[in-house]
Amino acid sequence: MPSLKDLKNRIDSVKSTRKITKAMQMVAAAKLRRAQDAAESARPYAERMEAVMSGLAASVGGSDGAPRLIAGTGSDQVHMLVVMTSERGLCGGFNSTIVKAARLKIEELKAAGKTVKILTVGKKGREQLKRDYRSLFVDHVDMSEVKKVGYGNASAIAKDLMDRFDAGEFDVCTIFYNKFISVISQEPTVKQIIPATFEAPEEGAEAGALYDYEPSEEGVLADLLPRGVSTQIFTALLENAASEEGARMSAMDNATRNAGEMIDKLTIEFNRSRQAVITNELIEIISGAEAL
Amino acid sequence: MANTMQFDLVSPEKRLASLEATQVQIPAAEGDMTAMPDHAPVIVTLRPGLLKATGVDGTVTQYAVTGGFAEINADSASVLAEFATVGDGQGTARAALEGFLEEARKRAGEAQGESKDVAEKFVADLVHLLEAME
Repeated sequence: MPSLKDLKNRIDSVKSTRKITKAMQMVAAAKLRRAQDAAESARPYAERMEAVMSGLAASVGGSDGAPRLIAGTGSDQVHMLVVMTSERGLCGGFNSTIVKAARLKIEELKAAGKTVKILTVGKKGREQLKRDYRSLFVDHVDMSEVKKVGYGNASAIAKDLMDRFDAGEFDVCTIFYNKFISVISQEPTVKQIIPATFEAPEEGAEAGALYDYEPSEEGVLADLLPRGVSTQIFTALLENAASEEGARMSAMDNATRNAGEMIDKLTIEFNRSRQAVITNELIEIISGAEAL
Repeated sequence: MANTMQFDLVSPEKRLASLEATQVQIPAAEGDMTAMPDHAPVIVTLRPGLLKATGVDGTVTQYAVTGGFAEINADSASVLAEFATVGDGQGTARAALEGFLEEARKRAGEAQGESKDVAEKFVADLVHLLEAME
């Protein structure tokens, strides 16, 4: 049976924990708003880009001279996995779900006899993957200094990937990130970005005007494809940022609620033991008085 | 015949403009072009330069853009620029462009063969753009 003093101390410490988690929840909520706004405003660009590229890819892609970014290198032996996670913890299952998806893919590829290379973005994923797959790491992008994800961050990653692709370091590139669905739900997403894949245009959708291309279809496509890669990475980074804050918000909400329950439980225990002490003292006094 | 067109300018980070315009001057890769309503559908790539949109009331808004592309239709012109800012933007916008220039110069120095020409052209276009903004 803990003493009254012990109980009091525990209640105090849980109370201050609750204060911290509550504050973190509110900070996450504010950041989430910003992250969502950023993701929202990036959408028109990404959608347009996708539409134009899939139109172009459909007309150029089939031919022999298709750029390597669409046609691939002709083999799929070496896979580059870009695993995007957060820089900081305390965000529930956010990082583990991505890492889990990545692990699954790694094992699958290994079983198929492929070579796997890993590029990590964000510290947390790196830490979790380090134990088993350290030898597969090729590079790491540190985002801890980045307060707000900008297009520059994405294009730097994309450029690095393109350089590696051009140097023949890998054949297929896949990114892992969490897609933001709502505050309580984020979906780990696996997306192949090199060679580029497009959703087939919907049947019956307006075929669109027949565009002229300047300088040429191939020229425009060659210019667009690298941008397409940056855009996809940028979208992934933004989705990830929003998901992270969403996950953190709900994790901290849970923590705050748990702390509240714990305080209630401890308070009841505290009151009971105080009452027991009082009763004891009364018994002592009364029996003392009766003995006289 | 319509005499205005929908003009949109979007960068990866935000939508910069969405307005009715009577004409839009676009710095295309192979020379400036002006899109007016009922233009033939065309997709062009951009070079760094000034984009001028003339609104319905005749006001001209200037934007500085770097690479990207423009999609022109009979009734709309959408410009998707990698980096875009309102043209008379001083300070941060200018600093960002100067940052690009420095990076482009570095790349041009490293590049070889055909890509060197491309990189050098990009530098030249940027220098031009910065001069035009003064």
